[in-house]
Amino acid sequence: MTELLLKNVTLVDNSQVDIHIKADRIFAIGSDLSIKGEVLDCSGLMALPGFVDLHTHLREPGKENAETVLTGSRSAVRGGFTAVSAMPNTNPVADTAGVVEQVLRLGKSAGLCDVFPIGAVSSGLNGEHLAEIGAMADSAAKVRIFSDDGKCVSDPLLMRRALEYVKIFDGVIAQHAQEPRLTINAQMNEGAVASELGLTGWPSIAEESIIARDILLAETVKSRLHICHVSTKGSVELIRWAKSRGISVTAEVTPHHLILTDELVRGYDPIYKVNPPLRTNDDVVALRAGLADGTIDIVATDHAPHPAEDKDCEWASAAFGMIGLETAFGVVVTTMIRSGLMDWKRLAEVMSINPARIAGYSDQGHPLGVGAIAHITVVDPTKEWTVDKQALISRSSNTPFHGSTLTGDVVHTIYRGALVLKDQRVMGGENVSNG
Amino acid sequence: MKHLLSINDITAAEAISILDTAAQLENLTSGTVKKLPTLRGRTVVNLFFEDSTRTRLSFDAAAKRLSADVTNFAAKGSSVSKGESLKDTAQTLQAMGADAIVIRHGASGAAKRLAESGWVSASIINAGDGTHEHPTQALLDAFTIRKHFGSTRSDFVGLKVAIVGDIVHSRVARSNVLLLKKLGADVTVIAPPTLIPYGIESWGVAHSFNLDEDLESFDVVMMLRVQLERMNEAYFPNGREYSRGYGLDEVRLGRLKAHAIVMHPGPMNRGLEISAASADSVRSVVLEQVSNGVLVRMAVLYQLLTGLDQAPTGGLA
Repeated sequence: MTELLLKNVTLVDNSQVDIHIKADRIFAIGSDLSIKGEVLDCSGLMALPGFVDLHTHLREPGKENAETVLTGSRSAVRGGFTAVSAMPNTNPVADTAGVVEQVLRLGKSAGLCDVFPIGAVSSGLNGEHLAEIGAMADSAAKVRIFSDDGKCVSDPLLMRRALEYVKIFDGVIAQHAQEPRLTINAQMNEGAVASELGLTGWPSIAEESIIARDILLAETVKSRLHICHVSTKGSVELIRWAKSRGISVTAEVTPHHLILTDELVRGYDPIYKVNPPLRTNDDVVALRAGLADGTIDIVATDHAPHPAEDKDCEWASAAFGMIGLETAFGVVVTTMIRSGLMDWKRLAEVMSINPARIAGYSDQGHPLGVGAIAHITVVDPTKEWTVDKQALISRSSNTPFHGSTLTGDVVHTIYRGALVLKDQRVMGGENVSNG
Repeated sequence: MKHLLSINDITAAEAISILDTAAQLENLTSGTVKKLPTLRGRTVVNLFFEDSTRTRLSFDAAAKRLSADVTNFAAKGSSVSKGESLKDTAQTLQAMGADAIVIRHGASGAAKRLAESGWVSASIINAGDGTHEHPTQALLDAFTIRKHFGSTRSDFVGLKVAIVGDIVHSRVARSNVLLLKKLGADVTVIAPPTLIPYGIESWGVAHSFNLDEDLESFDVVMMLRVQLERMNEAYFPNGREYSRGYGLDEVRLGRLKAHAIVMHPGPMNRGLEISAASADSVRSVVLEQVSNGVLVRMAVLYQLLTGLDQAPTGGLA
């Protein structure tokens, strides 16, 4: 039975303790503990419940040149995640029990973190017929989140039916809110910068009108709605209103929307091309406030790997998306903790406890306590580091943060009691080629 | 100046210097010898990913009159995403020894990307990128305006220019707004609200939805081409209604100031944004714009490839 001792580690309440891990559980928390197994000196480091990502593109099956379940798992544990949620826009689409079980199996064989498949809402992501939602829910993958992410479930009738249908097993629909007719050929945030650059705008209203509609649908059918990657000030206000009415809505924000704005598009470098697009400073301020006050429940990465050639081209031809698993924690500390908007307890909620609760991942997102399953992320809360895209673990390197300095980095990740990241080295899957 | 990508990248003085060089080149080539040996041995590639007759011919003529070797590459119909990429195409041309690449591309920012991505080392001239900019068009328009209203910088100050039509999709409008503002002119863009860019307030120009309101006040009326396909995207109901509201017909032509000129970047939709009578009237300077285009493009090629900002005064260099 493996044993591990985290010596002199700080908890979110600022107390310093030793954490004794035995097999897959936290065996004891106290001071001056000693064991025979491995001891990690964690002075100056902080222990948080293992991070849980509800929005990850692992690209397998179909686009293994961008990422695989294994390379994505390695990237995840480097970023402190002990669970990721694989979005279904793969090839083939994860719209049947067969595909979600394949992804589940790949995750288990990688063995570095939990990989929970998300199922498609509509067959082939076509927005026409419901996918085999029940079969996916009943499968070995026990899917509870369904999303057509990358596309919006724009048909109001289909959205209503999907919300109703997942009530069978207390599922949730994660909506990519983007009114398709208002965003034909959209390239970047609609605003002064887009007008100047001659790039077709992606207006805030295209996100907000879908959120408004879906909030009302969720209220009507009394089901659970989750809003993916909220990006506008107006969306935050709508969600705040919905929560005040007691409607079952939860929401996520990506790290990049907490820090980057559309001003970055001026150089036409597609590294900043993402969907929903980078918005304005007003939106960034509103998103930060929403995350701090509980309107936005979680941070989710929308980790979207792409091979180099999909970004090394002119803006219009480039793919939408950024990788984010390895920089998420640093961005959240830099934007939310260092600014004083949020404390460490809230960080644990938005990166671990809340996402696990929304998704129903019962083994994840537990506050650190004796008897809990040992999913632990040990971080250096004050370390300043400069992002180097070449040094990232992900198979792709499309990070917008190359050369940026962030505060806070992950040092060790413990998954089911096993040290899967030790001193920032991933302990497994090393033999996989990184490109 | 290494590249010409956007009017934003040049100062008013640099713009004036290009116009001055164009005027000098006009004097030098107005006699029987129309050709200068200045760019002998240099290679200019016209890389056109979009259909264009006049701009490509204009750059072709400009380069040839400066004795450069010209290679024309029309990538028409070859989808960049499916076939050879912009990067590969540009690097191929570079390997063939291009000193300057004149690029027209359907993607906004394509010229800037080519210049700043490190793919090639040639000088890049933006000959129109998507709905972003068309800087040599603005320079030739300014050259044309200056010929009609004087030859010094101060003559742009207070000049009232109306730009009328599909502003939102027009690279000509964007470049002209930037340049005319830089030179001190008083610019108004006129279009139905659907064709006015979002956030026009930050452009530093007046805007109006009504062409008839102040028509008598303008010195220059620049009409933009309107694509009929836009009505399928609900920008306006149909050509007839557009024409009634925003077309330059004879009645409107008659209301212009005595000295006012009518411009159009071409190709014109006669009967839609401009009536045949307006296009062919004495006020129309459309053909002058075409001739001036060659001179201005000569000036741009000359300055970028020689690094000099004055044409040779003594004749042939």
